[in-house]
Amino acid sequence: MKFLASLYRSPQTRTGLILLTFVVLVALAAPLLAPFSPVNVDPSGRLLPPLSRVLASSTQGAPAHAETALHVLGTDSVGRDVLSRLIYGSRLSLTVGFLAVLISAVFGSLVGCLSGYWGGWVEALSAWLIDVQLSFPFLLLAIFLLGALGGGTLAVVLVLALGTWVNYARIVRAQVLSIKHQGYVEAAHATGAGTLRILFVHILPNTLSPICVVGSFSMALAILTEAGLSFLGVGLDPSTPSWGTMLNDGRDYLLTAWWIATMPGIAIGVTVLGVTLFGEGLRELLDPRGLR
Amino acid sequence: MSASILEVEGLSISFGGATRRQLVTDVSFKVERGEALGIVGESGSGKTLTMLSLLRLLPRGADARVVRACFDGRDLFSLTPAALQDVRGREIAVVFQDPLTALNPVLTIGRQITEVLRRHFRSSAADARRRAVELLANVGIPDPPLRLRQYPHEFSGGMRQRVTIAMALAGEPRLLIADEPTTALDVTVQADIVTLIQRLQREQGLTVIWVTHDLALLARIADRVLVMYAGRVVEDAPAAKLFAAPKHPYARALLGSIRQDAPRRNRATSIPLTAADAGALGCPFAPRCAEARDQCRSVSPVLKVYGGDTRAACWALDDDGARGAGS
Amino acid sequence: MFSFAIGKLLRAATVLLGVSFLTFIIGHASGDPVLLMVRGDATAQQKADLRHSLGLDRPVLTQYASYVGNALRGDLGISYRQRIAVGQLIRLRLPNSLELAGAAFTTAILLGFALGILAALNRDRVVDHAVAGLSILGQVVPGFWLGLMLVLLFAVHWQILPVSGSGDLAHLVLPAITLALPTLGRMARLVRAGMLDVLNSDYIRTARAKGLSERQVLLGHAAKNALLPLVTQAGLEFGDMVGSAFIIETVFAWPGIGRMVVNAVLQRDFLVVQGCVLVTAAGFVVINLTVDLLYAWIDPRVRGR
Repeated sequence: MKFLASLYRSPQTRTGLILLTFVVLVALAAPLLAPFSPVNVDPSGRLLPPLSRVLASSTQGAPAHAETALHVLGTDSVGRDVLSRLIYGSRLSLTVGFLAVLISAVFGSLVGCLSGYWGGWVEALSAWLIDVQLSFPFLLLAIFLLGALGGGTLAVVLVLALGTWVNYARIVRAQVLSIKHQGYVEAAHATGAGTLRILFVHILPNTLSPICVVGSFSMALAILTEAGLSFLGVGLDPSTPSWGTMLNDGRDYLLTAWWIATMPGIAIGVTVLGVTLFGEGLRELLDPRGLR
Repeated sequence: MSASILEVEGLSISFGGATRRQLVTDVSFKVERGEALGIVGESGSGKTLTMLSLLRLLPRGADARVVRACFDGRDLFSLTPAALQDVRGREIAVVFQDPLTALNPVLTIGRQITEVLRRHFRSSAADARRRAVELLANVGIPDPPLRLRQYPHEFSGGMRQRVTIAMALAGEPRLLIADEPTTALDVTVQADIVTLIQRLQREQGLTVIWVTHDLALLARIADRVLVMYAGRVVEDAPAAKLFAAPKHPYARALLGSIRQDAPRRNRATSIPLTAADAGALGCPFAPRCAEARDQCRSVSPVLKVYGGDTRAACWALDDDGARGAGS
Repeated sequence: MFSFAIGKLLRAATVLLGVSFLTFIIGHASGDPVLLMVRGDATAQQKADLRHSLGLDRPVLTQYASYVGNALRGDLGISYRQRIAVGQLIRLRLPNSLELAGAAFTTAILLGFALGILAALNRDRVVDHAVAGLSILGQVVPGFWLGLMLVLLFAVHWQILPVSGSGDLAHLVLPAITLALPTLGRMARLVRAGMLDVLNSDYIRTARAKGLSERQVLLGHAAKNALLPLVTQAGLEFGDMVGSAFIIETVFAWPGIGRMVVNAVLQRDFLVVQGCVLVTAAGFVVINLTVDLLYAWIDPRVRGR
């Protein structure tokens, strides 16, 4: 509780939390908030600028009782309401980002744990793999993998997870090594504790906080990367309402319908800002360095 | 022309934005030409800050006010930034406590010394280098030409401090402030550094202010001693008189701690220091003083002059400076 | 120092081998390139013939070995799609990418350094906050989106810069700035923090106590120390920048290898991809080595080891 209170006190984390909560709420309440359906196409209402009114019809997925409907942020190339796609897009972007970070953290921690604990060839191999992965830009790897093995949501999540697992591996490995040096392991073994127990009791608590910090930055990176991948056409399926696919869509119509590309970018910016501020505030809280 | 090279009156330093803390209160003292003044006090007594404020080298957020601060007749606090830069290094120089952090790690020693010469004497590069060699030789560093090309991390602690002394004297200052010059060094090296500074002082007619927490050191080298506590001057006396018969209880406690046969009744020495706010009411030493009275806790003692050359601030002293009765 | 360098080089070589091997394996797993090269009505025999002529029916490891052998001689194979030597394609397009990356990187470093110092010297004033804002902007929105916005502003609305393509300096401006922004922002923040640290240090106090002017203190004493964190970060940033370059090149239709790679991936032309990956990885190794050397030059304390 005290931790949450101090979290709130820092203006950075407070702003970050507010932004994040806002986005999460929007994502959760999407069906209630979105004025239109995000997938219904309306060939007659294509590329309408923001604040355009159209005659309401059931084919648009507009509220049944309305006579006219307002496209607050306009429509896209096939007549879908931009605002609604934006709102539903939050779901996808947040989910993809969160899952990617989760998988990445679990996998990375596991590798870090094992390589630190057993050392030897396990450690050498993982160190070498890390070097290989880091020796060329991650985006290229992502594009390559997605292009070669097909796209889709699951593939995107896995590839995004690939982008950040290294950080978790390093943190956990360092923690394991320091524990090893302190002789806890021998002592614990002497009292009959199993390896698993040692790992959970001694290592996990100390790594939780830095993992959370890295996690928030990873999430920011994941959201941005997903946007980039979908933009290039190798990420999520273009018909799904994600901010990245919207950018892909909007790019072709940049000169004629600027709103399609502009709005998702703002949405991404707000979300990533929230996550990043939160992460930074968290980091300052956990690593007291004072004046900056 | 007065004999005092430095006269400070009413110096106060406060710190902090939202919560202003008083770090130094109403400090006044005089330094005579050619004398060796010692300023003694524990950490937090404000002695270093007092010295730094004279050259306006205080950290960000610290605010210094003074009634008068005259160096050789000139008011230090009303100097323009350019004039102040002329005084720094050239008239008043500082030797800092930790030579490792006081020197720039990415510049050669030669560069750090010659820049003083080029700045204040407009020396050419060649002249500056020659003079730098002399300066290093004078502080006892062997093979100066080689050493000039080296970096601070290539020197031992004692050698590094010699370098900073050479650097400080490069500008041929008249006043040298030595801020805990031996604290960061090995015991074996400390005596060498002290002897070195003393010799240089004699040779060049320097006035030296020694800032230290080590009273024993001052016993050997100081002409006059200023005792500071919690940002105030509590005693100011010629060294001989201070060591023979200190007036202020704190000075007595300090002395007691360096005398092997000190009577154990002096409780003050065994009480751990707590941060005392220099601006609080009453005598700041009262919580630790064995002789504290009610008056001490409510009214700040005033510095009074005793015997023409000694000042002390303590309610327990009568008009002759003898200790009054009772605690 | 020498043995240290040799060790590093050896490790880099094994890493490069690993990179090319993994790329090779994944590329082969991704599909049969022959299918992309022939028309729909080709017979099985024709496909088999083609496969044989390309050496695709040999065991995978043999194929890989011959690939590496050829690569060391400069032959990276022939693109399946374009029937041109991969090496030639890269040679054509790489300079363009280098031009863009070079311009962006230089801008980011120089401007980032300058803005960081500016922010540190004007702490908590308007300039400081403006730089912080710019830096945040560069990091929270996708770089390519900023590029699109810049295009909207400068090319569509004000019409003072071209929308896309390459050719002259005017065409370089928008892509380079877009690519530079995230790095610029991070650099500025890093330099600001480093500079503030330095300005608080004891040796700066000493420099002032010696009577040096503020300019001498800042340029002579502070700047070099503030450079150190910049140098280490710069190496990492270049890596990120190359990655982002792929997308930026696509946005601005810049004829570099980034755009080529993206298209090649989408078209399953994996020899092209492999070649580019190899070249990029090799470039990285060189960059990292340079950074290590540069750091040792600036900070003499490192050299002793």
